[in-house]
Amino acid sequence: MEFFTLQDFMTHAKGMTYLTVVAFLFGFVAYWKFLAGGKDDDD
Amino acid sequence: MAVANPTQQNTIFTPFNIVAAIIIAVGLVLTVMRFGLGLGAVTNLDSNNPWGLWIGFDLLTGVALAAGGYTTSAGVYIFGMKKYHSAVRPAILTGFLGYALVPIALLYDVGRPWRLPYPFVIQAGPTSIMFEVAACVALYLTVLFLEFSPAPLEWLGFKKLRNIIVKLTMVLTIFGVILSTLHQSSLGAMYLIAPTKLHPLWYSPYLPLYFFISSIAAGLSMVMFEGALSHHFYKDRIDAHHHSEFDEVTLGFAKAASWVLAGYFALKVIGIALDNEWHLLNTPYGHLFLVELLGFVALPSFLYAIGRREKNLTLIRFTALITVLGIVFNRLNVSLIAFNYNLPADERYFPHWMEIATTLFLITAGVLAFKFIVTHMPIFYDHPDYKDQH
Repeated sequence: MEFFTLQDFMTHAKGMTYLTVVAFLFGFVAYWKFLAGGKDDDD
Repeated sequence: MAVANPTQQNTIFTPFNIVAAIIIAVGLVLTVMRFGLGLGAVTNLDSNNPWGLWIGFDLLTGVALAAGGYTTSAGVYIFGMKKYHSAVRPAILTGFLGYALVPIALLYDVGRPWRLPYPFVIQAGPTSIMFEVAACVALYLTVLFLEFSPAPLEWLGFKKLRNIIVKLTMVLTIFGVILSTLHQSSLGAMYLIAPTKLHPLWYSPYLPLYFFISSIAAGLSMVMFEGALSHHFYKDRIDAHHHSEFDEVTLGFAKAASWVLAGYFALKVIGIALDNEWHLLNTPYGHLFLVELLGFVALPSFLYAIGRREKNLTLIRFTALITVLGIVFNRLNVSLIAFNYNLPADERYFPHWMEIATTLFLITAGVLAFKFIVTHMPIFYDHPDYKDQH
Protein backbone atom coordinates (compact mmCIF):
# COMPACT_ATOMS: atom_id res chain seq x y z
CA MET A 1 0.00 0.00 0.00
CA GLU A 2 1.36 3.41 -0.94
CA PHE A 3 1.18 6.41 1.37
CA PHE A 4 1.49 10.04 0.26
CA THR A 5 1.19 11.83 3.59
CA LEU A 6 1.97 11.08 7.22
CA GLN A 7 -1.78 11.33 7.83
CA ASP A 8 -2.39 8.48 5.36
CA PHE A 9 0.25 6.35 7.04
CA MET A 10 -0.93 7.00 10.59
CA THR A 11 -4.57 6.39 9.70
CA HIS A 12 -3.69 3.08 8.12
CA ALA A 13 -1.23 1.94 10.83
CA LYS A 14 -3.47 2.98 13.73
CA GLY A 15 -6.54 1.51 12.05
CA MET A 16 -4.81 -1.85 11.59
CA THR A 17 -3.57 -1.73 15.18
CA TYR A 18 -7.02 -1.08 16.63
CA LEU A 19 -8.51 -3.91 14.56
CA THR A 20 -5.70 -6.21 15.73
CA VAL A 21 -6.23 -5.25 19.38
CA VAL A 22 -10.00 -5.87 19.18
CA ALA A 23 -9.34 -9.26 17.55
CA PHE A 24 -6.94 -10.19 20.34
CA LEU A 25 -9.38 -9.08 23.04
CA PHE A 26 -11.99 -11.52 21.73
CA GLY A 27 -9.27 -14.11 21.09
CA PHE A 28 -8.05 -13.88 24.71
CA VAL A 29 -11.52 -14.72 26.08
CA ALA A 30 -11.69 -17.83 23.90
CA TYR A 31 -8.08 -18.77 24.71
CA TRP A 32 -8.63 -18.43 28.45
CA LYS A 33 -11.68 -20.71 28.25
CA PHE A 34 -9.57 -23.21 26.30
CA LEU A 35 -6.63 -22.93 28.75
CA ALA A 36 -8.73 -23.20 31.90
CA GLY A 37 -10.78 -26.14 30.61
CA GLY A 38 -9.71 -29.74 30.13
CA LYS A 39 -9.63 -32.77 32.38
CA ASP A 40 -9.99 -30.91 35.68
CA ASP A 41 -11.20 -27.33 36.15
CA ASP A 42 -10.39 -26.97 39.83
CA ASP A 43 -7.18 -24.91 39.52
CA MET B 1 15.87 -35.75 53.70
CA ALA B 2 15.84 -38.91 51.65
CA VAL B 3 18.50 -41.54 52.09
CA ALA B 4 21.39 -41.38 49.65
CA ASN B 5 20.93 -43.59 46.63
CA PRO B 6 23.00 -46.77 47.17
CA THR B 7 23.48 -47.18 43.42
CA GLN B 8 25.10 -43.76 43.22
CA GLN B 9 28.51 -43.85 41.57
CA ASN B 10 31.36 -43.25 43.99
CA THR B 11 34.07 -42.57 41.44
CA ILE B 12 34.81 -38.99 40.46
CA PHE B 13 35.64 -40.12 36.90
CA THR B 14 32.08 -39.97 35.63
CA PRO B 15 31.49 -38.87 32.00
CA PHE B 16 30.02 -35.59 33.29
CA ASN B 17 33.02 -34.85 35.52
CA ILE B 18 35.53 -35.66 32.78
CA VAL B 19 33.80 -33.38 30.23
CA ALA B 20 33.41 -30.65 32.87
CA ALA B 21 37.09 -30.92 33.82
CA ILE B 22 38.17 -30.53 30.18
CA ILE B 23 35.91 -27.49 29.69
CA ILE B 24 37.15 -25.91 32.93
CA ALA B 25 40.80 -26.54 31.98
CA VAL B 26 40.33 -24.97 28.52
CA GLY B 27 38.38 -22.10 30.10
CA LEU B 28 41.18 -21.35 32.57
CA VAL B 29 43.72 -21.18 29.73
CA LEU B 30 41.39 -18.86 27.78
CA THR B 31 40.94 -16.73 30.91
CA VAL B 32 44.70 -16.24 31.15
CA MET B 33 44.80 -15.35 27.43
CA ARG B 34 41.87 -12.93 27.73
CA PHE B 35 43.34 -11.00 30.66
CA GLY B 36 46.96 -11.37 29.56
CA LEU B 37 46.65 -10.59 25.87
CA GLY B 38 43.39 -8.62 25.67
CA LEU B 39 40.03 -9.00 23.93
CA GLY B 40 41.56 -9.22 20.44
CA ALA B 41 43.39 -12.45 21.27
CA VAL B 42 40.26 -14.47 22.02
CA THR B 43 37.32 -12.71 20.32
CA ASN B 44 36.09 -11.58 16.90
CA LEU B 45 34.83 -8.32 18.38
CA ASP B 46 35.61 -5.08 16.50
CA SER B 47 34.39 -1.49 16.31
CA ASN B 48 31.29 -2.53 14.32
CA ASN B 49 30.51 -5.35 16.70
CA PRO B 50 31.70 -4.39 20.16
CA TRP B 51 29.10 -6.62 21.83
CA GLY B 52 29.24 -10.29 20.92
CA LEU B 53 28.29 -13.67 22.31
CA TRP B 54 29.27 -12.77 25.86
CA ILE B 55 26.65 -10.02 25.94
CA GLY B 56 24.07 -11.77 23.74
CA PHE B 57 24.17 -15.09 25.54
CA ASP B 58 25.90 -14.81 28.91
CA LEU B 59 24.22 -11.56 29.87
CA LEU B 60 20.93 -11.11 27.97
CA THR B 61 19.92 -14.77 27.88
CA GLY B 62 21.34 -15.53 31.33
CA VAL B 63 19.35 -12.74 32.95
CA ALA B 64 16.13 -13.73 31.15
CA LEU B 65 16.48 -17.36 32.21
CA ALA B 66 17.22 -16.25 35.79
CA ALA B 67 13.78 -14.60 35.97
CA GLY B 68 12.30 -17.69 37.64
CA GLY B 69 13.52 -16.29 40.97
CA TYR B 70 11.33 -13.22 41.05
CA THR B 71 8.32 -14.78 39.27
CA THR B 72 8.18 -17.71 41.69
CA SER B 73 8.83 -15.73 44.87
CA ALA B 74 6.29 -13.06 43.79
CA GLY B 75 3.69 -15.75 43.15
CA VAL B 76 4.26 -17.48 46.48
CA TYR B 77 4.93 -14.58 48.88
CA ILE B 78 3.10 -11.61 47.31
CA PHE B 79 0.16 -13.35 45.61
CA GLY B 80 -0.13 -16.05 48.29
CA MET B 81 0.14 -19.10 46.02
CA LYS B 82 1.58 -21.24 48.80
CA LYS B 83 1.08 -24.48 46.88
CA TYR B 84 4.11 -23.52 44.78
CA HIS B 85 6.35 -22.96 47.81
CA SER B 86 8.55 -25.97 47.08
CA ALA B 87 9.63 -24.31 43.81
CA VAL B 88 10.93 -21.14 45.50
CA ARG B 89 14.38 -22.29 46.63
CA PRO B 90 15.37 -24.00 43.36
CA ALA B 91 14.09 -20.95 41.45
CA ILE B 92 15.98 -18.51 43.70
CA LEU B 93 19.12 -20.63 43.37
CA THR B 94 18.86 -20.67 39.55
CA GLY B 95 18.26 -16.91 39.58
CA PHE B 96 21.17 -16.27 41.91
CA LEU B 97 23.62 -18.36 39.88
CA GLY B 98 22.35 -16.84 36.61
CA TYR B 99 22.83 -13.32 37.94
CA ALA B 100 26.17 -14.13 39.58
CA LEU B 101 27.50 -15.12 36.17
CA VAL B 102 26.56 -11.69 34.75
CA PRO B 103 29.29 -9.62 36.46
CA ILE B 104 31.75 -12.47 35.84
CA ALA B 105 30.89 -12.49 32.12
CA LEU B 106 31.16 -8.69 32.12
CA LEU B 107 34.67 -8.90 33.55
CA TYR B 108 35.60 -10.89 30.44
CA ASP B 109 33.66 -8.69 28.04
CA VAL B 110 34.45 -5.16 29.20
CA GLY B 111 37.71 -3.80 27.75
CA ARG B 112 38.81 -2.31 31.07
CA PRO B 113 37.10 -4.56 33.61
CA TRP B 114 38.57 -2.76 36.62
CA ARG B 115 36.22 0.10 35.71
CA LEU B 116 33.06 -1.94 36.38
CA PRO B 117 32.50 -0.26 39.80
CA TYR B 118 32.98 3.25 38.30
CA PRO B 119 29.23 4.01 38.05
CA PHE B 120 29.02 3.67 41.84
CA VAL B 121 32.27 5.25 42.98
CA ILE B 122 33.67 7.58 40.30
CA GLN B 123 30.97 8.89 37.98
CA ALA B 124 27.38 7.65 37.93
CA GLY B 125 26.16 8.91 34.54
CA PRO B 126 22.52 8.52 35.64
CA THR B 127 21.18 9.76 32.29
CA SER B 128 22.45 6.56 30.65
CA ILE B 129 20.36 3.41 30.56
CA MET B 130 23.64 1.61 31.27
CA PHE B 131 23.60 3.16 34.74
CA GLU B 132 20.23 1.58 35.44
CA VAL B 133 21.48 -1.75 34.11
CA ALA B 134 24.56 -1.58 36.34
CA ALA B 135 22.62 -0.46 39.41
CA CYS B 136 19.93 -3.12 38.96
CA VAL B 137 22.45 -5.94 38.46
CA ALA B 138 24.38 -4.93 41.57
CA LEU B 139 21.30 -4.42 43.75
CA TYR B 140 19.33 -7.43 42.53
CA LEU B 141 22.35 -9.73 42.85
CA THR B 142 22.59 -8.58 46.47
CA VAL B 143 18.87 -9.21 47.00
CA LEU B 144 19.15 -12.67 45.40
CA PHE B 145 22.11 -13.46 47.62
CA LEU B 146 20.07 -12.53 50.70
CA GLU B 147 17.03 -14.47 49.44
CA PHE B 148 19.23 -17.51 48.82
CA SER B 149 21.23 -17.20 52.05
CA PRO B 150 18.82 -19.13 54.38
CA ALA B 151 19.85 -22.36 52.59
CA PRO B 152 23.63 -22.04 53.26
CA LEU B 153 22.91 -20.63 56.74
CA GLU B 154 20.76 -23.68 57.58
CA TRP B 155 23.53 -25.89 56.20
CA LEU B 156 26.18 -24.10 58.28
CA GLY B 157 23.98 -24.00 61.39
CA PHE B 158 23.76 -20.20 61.80
CA LYS B 159 20.24 -20.25 63.24
CA LYS B 160 19.97 -16.63 64.48
CA LEU B 161 21.16 -15.04 61.27
CA ARG B 162 18.98 -17.40 59.23
CA ASN B 163 15.89 -16.46 61.28
CA ILE B 164 16.59 -12.72 60.83
CA ILE B 165 16.86 -13.10 57.04
CA VAL B 166 13.74 -15.29 56.82
CA LYS B 167 11.82 -12.48 58.56
CA LEU B 168 12.89 -10.17 55.73
CA THR B 169 11.46 -12.49 53.06
CA MET B 170 8.55 -10.23 52.06
CA VAL B 171 10.72 -7.09 51.88
CA LEU B 172 13.33 -8.92 49.81
CA THR B 173 10.66 -10.31 47.49
CA ILE B 174 9.21 -6.84 46.87
CA PHE B 175 12.69 -5.42 46.24
CA GLY B 176 13.38 -8.35 43.92
CA VAL B 177 10.25 -7.78 41.85
CA ILE B 178 10.92 -4.04 41.54
CA LEU B 179 14.58 -4.47 40.60
CA SER B 180 13.86 -7.32 38.16
CA THR B 181 11.13 -5.34 36.44
CA LEU B 182 13.55 -2.46 36.01
CA HIS B 183 16.47 -4.62 34.99
CA GLN B 184 14.78 -7.00 32.55
CA SER B 185 13.18 -4.08 30.75
CA SER B 186 16.30 -1.92 30.79
CA LEU B 187 18.22 -4.68 28.98
CA GLY B 188 15.71 -4.25 26.15
CA ALA B 189 15.90 -0.48 26.49
CA MET B 190 19.66 -0.63 25.77
CA TYR B 191 18.78 -1.43 22.15
CA LEU B 192 16.49 1.59 21.79
CA ILE B 193 19.64 3.58 21.07
CA ALA B 194 20.23 1.61 17.84
CA PRO B 195 17.12 2.02 15.65
CA THR B 196 19.21 1.99 12.46
CA LYS B 197 21.29 -1.03 13.44
CA LEU B 198 18.63 -3.41 14.67
CA HIS B 199 16.29 -4.86 12.03
CA PRO B 200 12.88 -3.09 12.12
CA LEU B 201 11.03 -6.33 12.89
CA TRP B 202 12.94 -6.67 16.15
CA TYR B 203 13.36 -2.96 16.87
CA SER B 204 10.36 -1.44 18.57
CA PRO B 205 9.72 1.32 21.10
CA TYR B 206 8.21 -1.54 23.11
CA LEU B 207 11.50 -3.48 23.35
CA PRO B 208 11.69 -2.95 27.14
CA LEU B 209 8.17 -4.39 27.48
CA TYR B 210 9.03 -7.33 25.20
CA PHE B 211 12.11 -8.16 27.26
CA PHE B 212 10.18 -7.95 30.51
CA ILE B 213 7.15 -10.02 29.43
CA SER B 214 9.29 -12.66 27.71
CA SER B 215 11.48 -12.93 30.82
CA ILE B 216 8.43 -14.01 32.85
CA ALA B 217 7.74 -16.87 30.42
CA ALA B 218 11.47 -17.68 30.35
CA GLY B 219 11.70 -17.77 34.14
CA LEU B 220 8.61 -19.98 34.54
CA SER B 221 9.87 -22.34 31.80
CA MET B 222 13.34 -22.49 33.30
CA VAL B 223 11.89 -23.47 36.69
CA MET B 224 9.93 -26.31 35.02
CA PHE B 225 12.86 -27.41 32.86
CA GLU B 226 15.48 -27.21 35.60
CA GLY B 227 13.05 -28.87 38.03
CA ALA B 228 12.49 -31.78 35.64
CA LEU B 229 16.25 -32.27 35.28
CA SER B 230 16.81 -32.00 39.03
CA HIS B 231 14.03 -34.49 39.79
CA HIS B 232 15.69 -36.86 37.35
CA PHE B 233 19.31 -36.50 38.48
CA TYR B 234 18.88 -35.69 42.21
CA LYS B 235 16.10 -38.10 43.17
CA ASP B 236 17.97 -38.96 46.37
CA ARG B 237 18.17 -35.28 47.37
CA ILE B 238 14.44 -34.56 47.04
CA ASP B 239 12.02 -35.36 49.85
CA ALA B 240 8.53 -36.78 49.37
CA HIS B 241 6.85 -33.41 50.00
CA HIS B 242 8.80 -31.70 47.20
CA HIS B 243 8.20 -34.68 44.91
CA SER B 244 4.46 -34.60 45.47
CA GLU B 245 4.22 -30.83 44.94
CA PHE B 246 6.32 -30.78 41.77
CA ASP B 247 3.56 -32.04 39.45
CA GLU B 248 1.22 -29.33 40.70
CA VAL B 249 3.97 -26.73 40.29
CA THR B 250 4.49 -27.89 36.70
CA LEU B 251 0.78 -27.74 35.83
CA GLY B 252 0.30 -24.33 37.45
CA PHE B 253 3.40 -22.83 35.87
CA ALA B 254 2.41 -24.26 32.46
CA LYS B 255 -0.92 -22.46 32.68
CA ALA B 256 0.80 -19.20 33.64
CA ALA B 257 3.48 -19.55 30.96
CA SER B 258 0.86 -20.29 28.29
CA TRP B 259 -1.06 -17.16 29.22
CA VAL B 260 2.04 -14.96 29.39
CA LEU B 261 3.29 -16.25 26.01
CA ALA B 262 -0.14 -15.55 24.49
CA GLY B 263 0.09 -11.97 25.75
CA TYR B 264 3.65 -11.66 24.47
CA PHE B 265 2.55 -12.96 21.06
CA ALA B 266 -0.24 -10.36 20.95
CA LEU B 267 2.14 -7.54 21.89
CA LYS B 268 4.62 -8.56 19.19
CA VAL B 269 1.87 -8.59 16.54
CA ILE B 270 0.58 -5.22 17.77
CA GLY B 271 4.16 -3.91 17.49
CA ILE B 272 4.24 -4.92 13.81
CA ALA B 273 0.86 -3.30 13.22
CA LEU B 274 1.88 -0.03 14.90
CA ASP B 275 4.96 0.35 12.70
CA ASN B 276 3.14 -1.07 9.65
CA GLU B 277 5.86 -3.63 9.01
CA TRP B 278 3.70 -6.37 7.52
CA HIS B 279 5.54 -6.17 4.19
CA LEU B 280 8.84 -7.09 5.91
CA LEU B 281 7.47 -10.48 6.96
CA ASN B 282 7.98 -11.88 3.46
CA THR B 283 11.74 -11.25 3.44
CA PRO B 284 14.56 -13.54 4.66
CA TYR B 285 14.69 -11.69 8.00
CA GLY B 286 10.90 -11.78 8.07
CA HIS B 287 10.97 -15.56 7.76
CA LEU B 288 13.44 -15.72 10.65
CA PHE B 289 11.12 -13.47 12.66
CA LEU B 290 8.15 -15.72 11.87
CA VAL B 291 10.11 -18.81 12.95
CA GLU B 292 10.76 -17.08 16.27
CA LEU B 293 7.21 -15.74 16.70
CA LEU B 294 5.28 -18.81 15.56
CA GLY B 295 7.72 -21.59 16.45
CA PHE B 296 9.01 -20.30 19.77
CA VAL B 297 6.15 -18.14 21.09
CA ALA B 298 2.78 -19.20 19.62
CA LEU B 299 3.58 -22.93 19.47
CA PRO B 300 4.82 -23.26 23.08
CA SER B 301 1.87 -21.21 24.30
CA PHE B 302 -0.50 -23.65 22.58
CA LEU B 303 1.48 -26.74 23.68
CA TYR B 304 1.48 -25.53 27.30
CA ALA B 305 -2.30 -25.13 27.07
CA ILE B 306 -2.71 -28.64 25.65
CA GLY B 307 -0.34 -30.04 28.28
CA ARG B 308 -2.23 -28.37 31.12
CA ARG B 309 -5.65 -29.40 29.80
CA GLU B 310 -4.56 -33.01 29.31
CA LYS B 311 -2.36 -33.04 32.46
CA ASN B 312 0.45 -34.20 30.19
CA LEU B 313 3.62 -33.46 32.19
CA THR B 314 5.97 -34.85 29.53
CA LEU B 315 4.53 -32.47 26.94
CA ILE B 316 4.82 -29.55 29.39
CA ARG B 317 8.49 -30.31 30.12
CA PHE B 318 9.25 -30.62 26.40
CA THR B 319 7.48 -27.28 25.86
CA ALA B 320 9.55 -25.71 28.63
CA LEU B 321 12.66 -26.69 26.68
CA ILE B 322 11.23 -25.13 23.48
CA THR B 323 10.45 -21.91 25.37
CA VAL B 324 13.94 -21.74 26.88
CA LEU B 325 15.47 -22.26 23.42
CA GLY B 326 13.07 -19.62 22.06
CA ILE B 327 14.31 -17.07 24.59
CA VAL B 328 17.93 -17.87 23.64
CA PHE B 329 16.94 -17.45 19.98
CA ASN B 330 15.19 -14.13 20.65
CA ARG B 331 18.03 -12.60 22.64
CA LEU B 332 20.60 -13.73 20.06
CA ASN B 333 18.41 -12.32 17.28
CA VAL B 334 18.21 -8.92 18.98
CA SER B 335 21.87 -8.73 19.99
CA LEU B 336 23.67 -10.54 17.15
CA ILE B 337 21.69 -11.95 14.20
CA ALA B 338 19.35 -9.05 13.40
CA PHE B 339 21.83 -6.50 14.78
CA ASN B 340 24.00 -4.74 12.18
CA TYR B 341 21.82 -6.47 9.58
CA ASN B 342 22.74 -3.88 6.95
CA LEU B 343 26.50 -4.43 7.17
CA PRO B 344 28.21 -6.31 4.30
CA ALA B 345 28.56 -10.03 4.98
CA ASP B 346 32.33 -9.88 5.53
CA GLU B 347 31.89 -7.28 8.29
CA ARG B 348 29.26 -9.27 10.16
CA TYR B 349 30.15 -10.82 13.50
CA PHE B 350 30.45 -14.50 14.17
CA PRO B 351 31.84 -15.55 17.54
CA HIS B 352 35.40 -16.92 17.70
CA TRP B 353 35.57 -20.52 18.94
CA MET B 354 37.38 -19.18 22.01
CA GLU B 355 34.38 -16.96 22.82
CA ILE B 356 32.09 -20.00 22.57
CA ALA B 357 34.50 -22.04 24.73
CA THR B 358 34.60 -19.26 27.34
CA THR B 359 30.79 -19.16 27.44
CA LEU B 360 30.74 -22.96 27.87
CA PHE B 361 33.30 -22.55 30.66
CA LEU B 362 31.07 -20.09 32.51
CA ILE B 363 27.95 -22.25 32.04
CA THR B 364 29.87 -25.30 33.28
CA ALA B 365 31.08 -23.35 36.31
CA GLY B 366 27.43 -22.43 37.02
CA VAL B 367 26.27 -26.04 36.65
CA LEU B 368 29.04 -27.24 38.99
CA ALA B 369 28.07 -24.59 41.55
CA PHE B 370 24.42 -25.71 41.26
CA LYS B 371 25.48 -29.33 41.68
CA PHE B 372 27.54 -28.54 44.79
CA ILE B 373 24.76 -26.49 46.37
CA VAL B 374 21.89 -28.96 45.79
CA THR B 375 24.11 -31.81 46.97
CA HIS B 376 25.02 -30.08 50.25
CA MET B 377 22.29 -27.58 51.11
CA PRO B 378 18.54 -27.89 51.76
CA ILE B 379 17.23 -26.85 48.34
CA PHE B 380 14.96 -29.78 47.43
CA TYR B 381 14.11 -30.78 50.99
CA ASP B 382 13.29 -29.07 54.30
CA HIS B 383 16.14 -28.93 56.78
CA PRO B 384 15.21 -31.15 59.77
CA ASP B 385 15.59 -28.20 62.19
CA TYR B 386 13.13 -26.02 60.25
CA LYS B 387 10.40 -28.39 59.15
CA ASP B 388 6.84 -26.97 59.15
CA GLN B 389 8.11 -23.38 59.29
CA HIS B 390 6.88 -22.39 55.82
